[in-house]
Amino acid sequence: MFEWLHPAFVLILGALIVPLLAGRMRQAYLLLLPVVSLLTIHSMSHGTFGTFQLLDMSLTLGRVDALAMVFAYVFGIMLVIGSIYALHLEEALQHVAAFVYAGSALGVVFAGDLVTLYVFWEAMAFSSVLLIWCRREPESWAAGWRYILVHAAGGVILLAGIVLYYAETGSIVFDAIENVGPAFYLILVGFMINAAVPPLHAWLSDAYPEATVTGAIFLSALTTKTAVYTLIRGYAGTEMLVWFGAVMAIYGVVYAVLANDIRRLLAYHIISQVGYMVAGVGMGTILALNGAASHAFTHILYKGLLFMGAGAVIYMTGRSKLTDLGGIYRYMPITFVLYMIGGFSISAFPLFSGFVSKTMVVEAAAADGRGIIWLMLSFASAGTFLHTGLKLPYFTFLGQDSGLRPREAPANMLIAMGLAAFLCIFIGVYPDPLYAILPAPVDYHAYTVGHVLWELQLLLFTGVGFFVLLKHVGGERKISLDTDWVYRRAAPVVIRGVVAAFRPVQTVVSGRTLLHMERFISRVFEYHGPDSILARTWPTGTTVFWVVVILMLYLLFYYL
Amino acid sequence: MIGGLLEWMVENRRTLRRIMYGVLALLVVLDILIPTGYGRFPWEGIGGFGAFYGFVSCVLIIVVSKALGYALLYRPEDYYDD
Repeated sequence: MFEWLHPAFVLILGALIVPLLAGRMRQAYLLLLPVVSLLTIHSMSHGTFGTFQLLDMSLTLGRVDALAMVFAYVFGIMLVIGSIYALHLEEALQHVAAFVYAGSALGVVFAGDLVTLYVFWEAMAFSSVLLIWCRREPESWAAGWRYILVHAAGGVILLAGIVLYYAETGSIVFDAIENVGPAFYLILVGFMINAAVPPLHAWLSDAYPEATVTGAIFLSALTTKTAVYTLIRGYAGTEMLVWFGAVMAIYGVVYAVLANDIRRLLAYHIISQVGYMVAGVGMGTILALNGAASHAFTHILYKGLLFMGAGAVIYMTGRSKLTDLGGIYRYMPITFVLYMIGGFSISAFPLFSGFVSKTMVVEAAAADGRGIIWLMLSFASAGTFLHTGLKLPYFTFLGQDSGLRPREAPANMLIAMGLAAFLCIFIGVYPDPLYAILPAPVDYHAYTVGHVLWELQLLLFTGVGFFVLLKHVGGERKISLDTDWVYRRAAPVVIRGVVAAFRPVQTVVSGRTLLHMERFISRVFEYHGPDSILARTWPTGTTVFWVVVILMLYLLFYYL
Repeated sequence: MIGGLLEWMVENRRTLRRIMYGVLALLVVLDILIPTGYGRFPWEGIGGFGAFYGFVSCVLIIVVSKALGYALLYRPEDYYDD
């Protein structure tokens, strides 16, 4: 029937039907729609579709190529998993928001031009914030506002970049962005905000832990990874991204040490993991770009699994801090084991998915002879296992008994986590199907003796370090300052200070103005007030007299 | 079933720990014996470097981050509440 069906529209239009359905019908639909969108993605052939003219610009809704498909596939898969995880939710708004959000992310991925990209980019921001607000806590409300303000600012920067870029090059086609001065950097900053590159990252670690249990799954998958996609497409080989990425990988690790909220810890590890992808984009070699794309793919699955595990704990216990949790492995054993599969995957243990993708980026650094970057990325690997594989599960599921006696998570959550866990192991054991869909042909073997020995030593001896310092690594009832301090603390103080500083000036100025105004008004009143000259009622005779005087004067002047 | 397995692992943690020590030692020995085939960086030829680097990284991450936390970053939980 259709030459081409855009999965973004399948999801966004399909989402509107959700509120009309109820009960079992709605649940069936919540499972059906993501599956249909995944099939739609799968049925697409490479090429350019949906091109039309708007004003003078040629817009392309669908540019389908290998790079776009990697991201589309994993978004589609994660949407299916996330919908199963959220199946018990009765609130229609969250389902609608998640579908529109995922649809918009697909819109970005398939956008062939910067204007289409921008429209979906904004749609992502405004639909995703609902997944934070729907938690209906004061903290979520505030964090959601900060989230949307940062993204609005990022959107404006991106738009300014696009407009300048159009002015400079006369083109809005979205491919490798040419370095034409400010436009290049404005678009880059717009992308980097969504990729959560420090110091522009604080929106993520601020807002994700305040999102709903199910909403966080979609948030963790979509925004940063669409940004990684746009960076691969537009900024491959931009040298400074190598360093940004490597610093980012370590930055997230440092803050994860300090985190007490389990989802904040995981959020900081999104930043750390996206660091590998950003570094890969910066290197720009075929191996590095394949590594960045494949790492995005595996990352979405294992990070989704980790957020689902943490979400299940929060859902069942009502608590989210390491200091309030502990010893619940007896009551949630399946959640624990599934979480650990995510933990081993993100840590890149052999036979788990992270191993086949992360080592690709690290290997790309080696192939380029970038020793310092290689050491930085390996350093961050140790930190990844330390937190997501050891600290979080130890203090949540093992460790000191918190006295909590939760039941195991509901079946739909376990099924969703089971699916993600299966994929994590499947890709780890048999990476060929993943390698087959990467943007460039893959000439890389993850399972060499050297890689396996290196990775196992690195990780297991990290474990030794963890148990040696066990007394010092637990959560603390504190929060840690991050760059969001600038707009949460510094900016309000500065603005209050400015207001206070101008108060005397304001008093003087407004005092004088008032004085003048009063004089002016009293003068006006003098002539125009009820008893004043101009308000008096004059007898007709007087008027006639004055008219005659004026006419006489007129005549006089006429004859002169 | 999974619960039982976990319970068994917790009960036998001493034995498992000993096995783990064996695995750790074996890994380092293997790394010293088997050439990795990579020589792009000087450290890739050193047997057991991965073990050293992993342990040192872990300790550094904890010590440096905690130090940063106490010196600079940690605040009470209600810091932003006013």
